[in-house]
Amino acid sequence: MSEEIIRLHYDINDEDFSAAGEASSGVKKTLSALGVSPETVKKVAIAMYEAEINAVIHADGGEADIEITPEEIKVVISDRGPGIPDMEKAMEPGYSTATETVRELGFGAGMGLPNMKRYTDEMYIDTKLGEGTTVTLIVKI
Amino acid sequence: MAAYYHSIVLDEKLCMGCTNCIKRCPTEAIRVHDGKARIFNEKCIDCGECVRTCPYHAKVAQTDSLDIMANYKYTIALPAPTLYMQYDLKFTRQHVVTALKMLGFDAVYEVARGAEIVTAVTDQYMEEHRENLPLISSACPAVVRLLQARFPSLLPRLLPIKSPMEISAMNARKEFCQQNPGVKSSEVGVFFISPCAAKMTGVRNPIELKKSNVNGVFSIKSVYFKLLKQMSKLKEPEDLLKAGYKGVRWASIGGEARALKTQNVLSVDGIQNVVRIFEQLEDDKLDDVDFIEACACTGGCLGGPLTVENLYVARNRQRQHRDTTPTILEPVAPEEMENCMFETYPQYLDVTTLDADRTEAIKKLRRMNEICEELPKLDCGACGAPSCRALSEDIVRGKANVTDCVFVLRQKVRDLAREMMILEGLMPSDSSKEKENEE
Repeated sequence: MSEEIIRLHYDINDEDFSAAGEASSGVKKTLSALGVSPETVKKVAIAMYEAEINAVIHADGGEADIEITPEEIKVVISDRGPGIPDMEKAMEPGYSTATETVRELGFGAGMGLPNMKRYTDEMYIDTKLGEGTTVTLIVKI
Repeated sequence: MAAYYHSIVLDEKLCMGCTNCIKRCPTEAIRVHDGKARIFNEKCIDCGECVRTCPYHAKVAQTDSLDIMANYKYTIALPAPTLYMQYDLKFTRQHVVTALKMLGFDAVYEVARGAEIVTAVTDQYMEEHRENLPLISSACPAVVRLLQARFPSLLPRLLPIKSPMEISAMNARKEFCQQNPGVKSSEVGVFFISPCAAKMTGVRNPIELKKSNVNGVFSIKSVYFKLLKQMSKLKEPEDLLKAGYKGVRWASIGGEARALKTQNVLSVDGIQNVVRIFEQLEDDKLDDVDFIEACACTGGCLGGPLTVENLYVARNRQRQHRDTTPTILEPVAPEEMENCMFETYPQYLDVTTLDADRTEAIKKLRRMNEICEELPKLDCGACGAPSCRALSEDIVRGKANVTDCVFVLRQKVRDLAREMMILEGLMPSDSSKEKENEE
């Protein structure tokens, strides 16, 4: 079974944001080497990018772990940030707790979680106030 | 995938087997095997980077010989806007165009005019398709190939309007036959004068229609001196111009974008920069732009591999042309804008998938990662592949061996030597000597 899994790991660093681009580009290259369709590659790239941005703006970074099997792509983004206080609100399009500074940079439009949901087949959020958040995104191949 | 013609080929006699080209190729399409560079046809996008890089001029962009003009009763020249900027400013556009006729062409149709038509059609198309912005220009054939091979998810954003060259060829032929009653379309040869290697491929394997309207491609290099000779004799140039500066400035990066109605545009030149912009666009990070103009060559067509003049000198000349040329000479007429949309669409050319069976592909990728771990990660190129990662991929695809790596080979030789020394120590040397003595 382990013969049929590809694992990738990236650190999400809030000081060097171009690393997020590298992670996305690395995942895209891997998926196309596996013959995953361009549409699916695009969905994974966008959802993963949104999750990485969240980790940067709310938690000063985190980690991304990707597992690819013949059936699905699982992206796990975890951080040690403040956690999500109100999950229902966080899922509302347009709702954001991002600071004014972050918004001025063009982020924090409140579309992160709704977009992640839109581009994935399954999404799980595990969050504890004061401890951190882990977002699991699954896209079926 | 059908056999794909490429304009860029190797002159084996000149190739020294160095690593300059493999390191610069943006699609990792070149390997050095047995001391000679080999181009993987399916990966090459004809960008011309290797033609520029090769210190021994072993990479050649094939273009047609001027002799093929003899195959046609009538001939039309289509000069790329870049041609004007190859010459000293004392030679005006009228000089260049008249000299083309002196060279034997029956008519000249400026591709700058075709460019103005593309702009008019683009403005109209963008107003009707606001939902699909940003659109990506389809004018650079190497960029279109790059999309097909590496960014298939962006293909729906490709502007489905034929290139200025194709539109010029179509209109030139139509006009010529109208002006000369009795002339059959098949008797007319239309020839593009090109700064670009990829245009040759674009004529043999057009992406936007089944059969190109262009009958041959001549490099700017091949006509440069011939035109210069004619121009130095020329006293009274004819006025055959139809294009204004709006079309002429397409020669440079930014020219196509600046001609548009919308100015929320992004212009990117140099193939590596284009790749970075497309990566961003693919992640939905560039949704606030209307139009992306992308040129594989630095500086745009003025930086093309088949030009003569230095890009920066040519660019200065273009600015001088701006001061002496009206923006528009003749507005584009509705009949010029007919049949400009794509008739066929470029498809995804999958060159990355390791195996059609996904489980098999995963196994291969794992093996590739394991092999890569063993390699020194110096990306020295001595094995003939551009990077350790590329070598690992070649090994998995059965195109190379791990011992192609000089460092792995050195280690293996060292291990072997050590093993032999150990074995030597284990040999029952004395008894064998005794045997020899007995005999």
